[in-house]
Amino acid sequence: MKHRITWLGAITAVGALVLSGCSTASTAPSTDAAGDLTPITLQLQWFAQAQFAGYYAALDQGYYEDEGLDVTIDEGGADIVPQDVLAAGDADYAISWVPKVLGSIEQGANITDVAQIFERSATTQISLKDKDITTAADLAGKNVGSWGYGNEWELFAGMQKAGVELGDINLIQQAFDMTGFLAGDIDAAQAMTYNEYAQVLETINPDTGELFQPDELNVIDWNDEGTAMLQDSIWANADKLESDADYADNTVKFIKASIKGWIYAANNPSEAAGIVTAAGSTLGESHQLWMTNEVSKLIFPSSNGVGMIDEAAWANTVDIAMNTKNETGATIITTDPPATAYSNEYVTKALDELKADGVDVMGTDWKPTEVTLNEGGN
Amino acid sequence: MTTQTEQSAPLNRGALGVPKPRVSRRRSAVVHPRLRGGLFGLAGLVLLALIWELYKTLGPADGVVLGGITVLPRTTDLAMPHLAVMAERLFDPVTGAASALPLWQAVLQGSLFTLGIAAVGWLVGVTVGLALALLMQRFRLAESAILPWIILSQTVPLIAIAPLVRRWGAQIQFGEFTWESWMSVALIASYLAFFPVSIGALRGLASPDANHVDLMHCYAVGWWKTLWRLRLPTSVGYLLPALRLAAVSAVVGSVVAEVSIGLRGGIGRLIVEYAGAAGNDPGKPWAPIFGSILVGLVAAGFVGLIGLFLRRFRRGEVA
Repeated sequence: MKHRITWLGAITAVGALVLSGCSTASTAPSTDAAGDLTPITLQLQWFAQAQFAGYYAALDQGYYEDEGLDVTIDEGGADIVPQDVLAAGDADYAISWVPKVLGSIEQGANITDVAQIFERSATTQISLKDKDITTAADLAGKNVGSWGYGNEWELFAGMQKAGVELGDINLIQQAFDMTGFLAGDIDAAQAMTYNEYAQVLETINPDTGELFQPDELNVIDWNDEGTAMLQDSIWANADKLESDADYADNTVKFIKASIKGWIYAANNPSEAAGIVTAAGSTLGESHQLWMTNEVSKLIFPSSNGVGMIDEAAWANTVDIAMNTKNETGATIITTDPPATAYSNEYVTKALDELKADGVDVMGTDWKPTEVTLNEGGN
Repeated sequence: MTTQTEQSAPLNRGALGVPKPRVSRRRSAVVHPRLRGGLFGLAGLVLLALIWELYKTLGPADGVVLGGITVLPRTTDLAMPHLAVMAERLFDPVTGAASALPLWQAVLQGSLFTLGIAAVGWLVGVTVGLALALLMQRFRLAESAILPWIILSQTVPLIAIAPLVRRWGAQIQFGEFTWESWMSVALIASYLAFFPVSIGALRGLASPDANHVDLMHCYAVGWWKTLWRLRLPTSVGYLLPALRLAAVSAVVGSVVAEVSIGLRGGIGRLIVEYAGAAGNDPGKPWAPIFGSILVGLVAAGFVGLIGLFLRRFRRGEVA
């Protein structure tokens, strides 16, 4: 008996060693090459994908390093709330949507929108042409898909504006793929221009035997309906901005390098898509390129310079957040957010420095490329 | 406490307690009993595959809907791809990129990554579970104090603890050691794995016959020796199923926690990443599911191996 137990112990111990060896080997080495760089952590709201191309490009092209920053990009996850990570002090900056953060701010998170990278909203409601759904008013009586979890507010606001009650539609919980839409369970499905819309265009239309074409789909764009809300923006810790002069300086540097990254991504979409793929995204090649191109459209051409928070757009987002009710009758926030919720101070400095360097921060002449999607996004 | 099997078990054993090969006329001597088990397992798999393909062929395209509720799924190629499609997809590259690995290789890498984390989680979970069980066995007071908390611990949903674990982990740093994200996942896996072990081991340690415990008392044997000579051997029948349950919990915990905290490299991430392909590449999302099944099988197989070493104590195993 003793004999066997010794053996078992030995095997377990060896197994443990091998396994722990495997696991430690796979962890990424932390780069701390130049000692004078300031370590900065950026928390994304999802996995690495071209939605964050500008940050990955800035890292890859050394723009952060040029500013003296050693940036680590932390990917998000299903249960990672970037603004919470930021408020808890575990990241220096976070990327998140304004409506999602407004709720957190009302709950006590003291954070500030320091740069509104995406000027336009990418959320749409798409449907097949024969359903004849072209405006929010047409949604009445239809099966309408939404992911929920804070992605539904533009849809609800658009419906409310068009006089469609939540009871007038059949709201369907949409999964993170488009099978519900393709199977016909959902008449009008929620789709981001840079992701799910492309997923549909990468699918064979059984009626034609070819890929779905844009002219076979109707798209309700919330930018056109007037209920677009501000999406990806850079958030910083408001307390530290106030008390820590170095952090405030780094914020300007971080925004500056990030904007340069976005300009690079807009002008070099193939390279930027490649950088994101190299950073670990497994999206197909044409899908990644499509996403890079589409997010650039949300930024360029810029109205006031990349990252500037448009006061009217901010006010509209806050207005929707306070006055749109969801299916339980709740609103995102009940009172106006504090003055610290956004600030153009840092992005203005960053833009001034970029302009002084001769960088075009408006992209007035920028033209998107034509991306051909392949089946399956490959 | 003594069950029928426990009493009858020694009758099946030869000298030195080694089980005699149970040969009977009905069971043909050609097929080894263990092999038979494997064959039946394989037959079950084939049956499942047959049912899948049969329903896909014969079932209505729109599924079976009763009173507006779908009771059986659609049989379209999107909803239920042919098994051949899933298999073929495994040998195509993950994406169209020139550097893309074949899908099976990417899934295998993810499976190994998840298996490694689950194994660490399992080891930690088993260690903690056993330690708690011993503590509770030794001290009545500890049992009253700890047991309710152990049970309560499992009512805390994973999605609540996952971000907390990552956040606390991020703050741990002493000397050369820094907390990595995979450790958070392993910790969450161990959180699920320790539960069956602590409960199973506690029951197992309390399972010896009162007569036998009394005998130890008469010999004036101390607690440690009673543990080693009597309680541990008798607990094996309870412990092995608990270890198997812990292994499966550790795997499920790892996969879910990977998604939850966004760790890259394992099966959980692949499941989410490939889900988007469901509409236009229906075979792809199934690949990581097969991967997680593989991880589960390997984990259960490993516990089976432990069972082989503890063969002589496996009397009256409690499932």
